[in-house]
Order: sequence, then structure tokens, then C-alpha cells
Amino acid sequence: MSGDHIYSVLGEEHGGDTRWAFGTGFTDALSGVDTTLPGGVDGQDLALYCQMLGDDALVQAQRLVHWVTDAPELEEEVALANIALDLLGQARLLLARAGQADGTGRDEDDFAYRRGSAEFRNVRLAEAPRGDFARAVVTLLVLSSARLAVFTRLADSRDPVLAAIAAKAVNELAYHREYALSWTLRLGDGTPYSHERTVAAVADLWPFTGELFATHPVEARMAAQGVGADPADVREEVHAVLTQVLTTATLDAPAPFPEAAVAGREGRHTPELDPLLDELQKVAREHPEATW
Amino acid sequence: MTTQTAQAPPGADLDLQAEFDAKVAADRRIEPRDWMPEGYRRTLVRQVSQHAHSEIIGMQPEGDWIASAPSLRRKAILLAKVQDEAGHGLYLYAAAETLGVDRADLTQRLIEGRQKYSSIFNYPSLTFADVGVIGWLVDGAAICNQVPLCRSSFGPYARAMVRICKEESFHQRQGYELLMRMMEGTGEQRRMVQDSVDRWWWPSLMMFGPPDAESPNTQQSMAWRIKRDTNDDLRQKFVDMTVPQAEKLGVTLPDPELVWNEGRGHHDFGEPDWTEFKQVVSGAGPKNAERVERRRAAHEKGAWVREAATAYADKHSAKEAAA
Repeated sequence: MSGDHIYSVLGEEHGGDTRWAFGTGFTDALSGVDTTLPGGVDGQDLALYCQMLGDDALVQAQRLVHWVTDAPELEEEVALANIALDLLGQARLLLARAGQADGTGRDEDDFAYRRGSAEFRNVRLAEAPRGDFARAVVTLLVLSSARLAVFTRLADSRDPVLAAIAAKAVNELAYHREYALSWTLRLGDGTPYSHERTVAAVADLWPFTGELFATHPVEARMAAQGVGADPADVREEVHAVLTQVLTTATLDAPAPFPEAAVAGREGRHTPELDPLLDELQKVAREHPEATW
Repeated sequence: MTTQTAQAPPGADLDLQAEFDAKVAADRRIEPRDWMPEGYRRTLVRQVSQHAHSEIIGMQPEGDWIASAPSLRRKAILLAKVQDEAGHGLYLYAAAETLGVDRADLTQRLIEGRQKYSSIFNYPSLTFADVGVIGWLVDGAAICNQVPLCRSSFGPYARAMVRICKEESFHQRQGYELLMRMMEGTGEQRRMVQDSVDRWWWPSLMMFGPPDAESPNTQQSMAWRIKRDTNDDLRQKFVDMTVPQAEKLGVTLPDPELVWNEGRGHHDFGEPDWTEFKQVVSGAGPKNAERVERRRAAHEKGAWVREAATAYADKHSAKEAAA
């Protein structure tokens, strides 16, 4: 390779993302997919449903990026960045689909940067403060297990776009769960201190888990139409996965998921979401006319 | 890990030295198991580990903007880029380990301030335009420095550089593309880009190191073919390549002495402020303390996690051995 060559092509168009070290998932998952709404599906419902799933991913990614330059090992920075990139990729596709479905033509950035916290539809566990590494691992374990169970069902969605997004995402989510699982074992069955931190993380986060399986009316309608998945249907499956992981990690078997009402899915959030969105939206809001 | 200097009877060093010199002169690669002079090994350990540290510390100025990137596409690109830098750090630490040093020890030297990294990362990134300008100028200067290192005499370093250069050139294009986009945007965006170029231009020129006359290590490194060009030659090449790019972008490089010299076939340009350079190298730059402190804090905060991983691995290898 010559330096001159590198410079001579600088201003030219370039194709493909193959030159990133780890890949970015920028490839178009929707290439060749029919984007017309399937018959009988309410576009407003589908748009809200896509925001729910997209916001879970976007908000979780926003929490994860802070581990980059702050993790216990460089390998964990690479892995957590990878997971955040996957989730960001899922969020972008889902939010773009929301803008197609509701007929407004809003793009991914309209949803990410130009909504207030009451319009965000993520579950509150995704916005929970970052805390220590044990908390990050347990949060990821719970969220990836639940999301994998839901997306596995969505791969058969009647909406071809949602089905294509889910088909790509299940491989990513299986890796996220595997990563979280491997660290749950190391921390739970590592030193007395790491065990204690993991027990504390499970105790702190457990009250937020019930909401993951509370069904919002939009989710119920989408599931009834064969477009979405009812989170209540994956409750037992996810509990069984978590029980197996936590007990293998020498922790106590977890309590049942608490009974909880829908909260984040209706835009009712913890006070943690506003500062998270302030940071996410800061530059975009300072320059409303700008193009990036 | 122990050093792998070949054991030889007294007097045999001369033969080994002659063999090493012949290999280097013939542009063949020196590999970790080959005999090498102690000075060569020491120079490489210093250079490769400083290079690795630069990748790791270099994650911070841009990493600060991931959370606030103004579009999801820019957020993903920036996150992927900073992730690549962590990966480059990992390849380079692995290359350094082939010389008989240990990554944990190198990390310790970094966070105790005993080893340096590229001074450019001690400047602050103040606006999102800095993300583009760091990609264009800082990665651009790094590529100029690194492309010749793909032919470095030490095999593991040369091979790591081939991969790193490919990725860096992609980063540089992403940076330039962001700037093109911003220059087509609002007047405020164009002012942000120009302000950023004004702040990063001189520090980028300093990335090539002090003038040749004041660079004591250059001659020996060139003789060993660890390094292939002098600091001043690389700096000239960078300026010549960058001027037309700046024109295409529509920004002004902040150097009144910058002019094409027909006779030389190169641009003439002003002298960077070497007093400032020395201050930043010696630790008095705007961000030196903060950059190292952040890495130190992450390392110490993560100690219990690394201990847990070790304890888990020990328990489970003991169980497997017993089974």
C-alpha cells in the first residue's frame, strides 16, 4: 500500500463497510424487503410497536457507550461497543419503520432526537443508571434474554420488515446473552466480593423486571394480528433461562418476576431518562438547521 | 514471559550481529525468535508500546462525542471507529509481547505516567467538528507516519501496521466526509469546521516529531529500518497532500507562510511552536493529566472484575484437572 494512494482516493465515493475492524452492521438489512403495510394492519399501532422495540435498543445502547474507555479490560470495551452497535443498528431500522408505518415519513433521527421523554416507549430497565460492571452484566443478561425470546417470535411476523429486522437481530441478541451469561458466571462464581456485587445487582434490578412482561394494548393487538409478540407469553421461558444462569453462577434462584403495570411503554419513566436524553439530543438540538 | 535472546557461545555475537545486519540490509524481516541487538529490542518495545498507548488514549477525545453525536448514523460510525482504536491497541500490545514484555506491565507503565503516547491526544475536542477534523488531519498524519512502518524490519510490527493502516484510511475518509457534509450545511457549521482546523493544524504537524536536527533517535532507527523516513520528510509529504484537500473542503489552513514553491516542487510552510510541543510532551498539555487519570481510574475500578475472572478460571481449571 502506498501513502499516495490512500490520499488520492480521499475525496472519492467509496462503497462497503468492510474496512472496519469489527464490522458495523451498516449493511442494509431491508434490501429487497417489501415495505408496504400488510393488509388489515393498523399503521399507527405498528408505528408505536416499532418505537417500543426501537427505544428499548436505543436507550440501552446509550447507556452502554459509556463503558467504552471505562471498562475493566480493553476486550470488554470492544465487546460492549459491539453490543451497543448492534442495538443501535436495530433501533435505526425499527424507528425508520415507525416513520413508514404511521405515514408521517419521519426518519430515525426525527424519532431519536426530536421527541421528549414522555414520548419514549422503552421499558424502564433500559434507562436504569449504569452502576458498576456487575449491574451492567445483569442488566444485559435480563434485557437480552427477554429481547431474544420476543425477537425469535417476531422472525415470523406478518410484517415483512419486522420479520427481516428480527431475523438479523436474533443472532446478535444470542451473542449479547452469551456475553452477559459468561460474565455472570465469572462474577457470581469468582471472588466473594464479585459474588456480593452480583447479588446486589440482581436485587437492585429485579423490581424493574416485571414491566418487561406486562402487555401494552398495542402489543396485545399486534400479537393478535400475527405482527407482534405478547411479552407475557415469554415470561416463563425467560424466567427459566435466568434461573439456570443465576444458579449456575452460584447465586440464589431468583424470585418470580414481580407483577407490574405497563409504565415505560406508556411514556411513564424514571427521572433517569431525562438526563440520558439531554446528552443524546444535545448537539442535534443546539443546531436544529444543521445537516450531519 | 522471558526474553528470547538466542543463547550463544562467547564470540558468537559477532556472527549473529553480521547475520542480523545482512538481513536488515536485504530488507528481510526480523522475527521474534531471531537474534537481535538489545538496543533494537529496546527501541522497538518503546516504539510499539507507545504506539499502542496512543491508540488507547486516542479513544478519549473522540469517544467523548459518541453519546452526543447528532445523528444515529454518525453515532454508529464514531462508535465503530473508537472500537477499532481499541482493537488497534490490542494488536499492538500483542506485537510488543512478542518482544518479551507483558501487556499488564505496559498498562501499568501508561497509567503511572512512565511511558508516553502521542501528544496530539492531550488537546481537547471542543465541538463535533473536531470528530471530523481528527479523522481528516490526525488520522491523516498518523497514516503518513504509519504507511512506511508497514515495511518496518520487525515482522510483527510491520504486519500489525498493514491492517491498522487499512482501517485508519477508512476512518480518515469518514472524517473528511463529515467535514464535507458540514461545509454544505449552515454558516455556523462552516465556522465550527474552520475553528476546529485552526486548533488542530499545528498539533497535527507536530505529530511527526521534532525537526530532524533535533531528533536523536531517527538515524539509528532508520539504520535498523524500524523507521523508513525522517520526521521532516514525512511532515512535508503530509503538508503537500493536505493542501489540495483543504481547498476542496473550502477551509483555510492557519499558516500565512504556506505557499507552493515551484522550484522545490513542494509547499513551503511555517515552523510549528516547538516550545509548546516540548511542554505537551513533558506533561504540561491541556489534557495530559485527565487522559491518564481516566485510564487509571477505569483500570483500578475494574480490578475486582479482573480478579473475579482469574479466580473463576482458576477454580474451573482445577475442577477440570480433578475430573
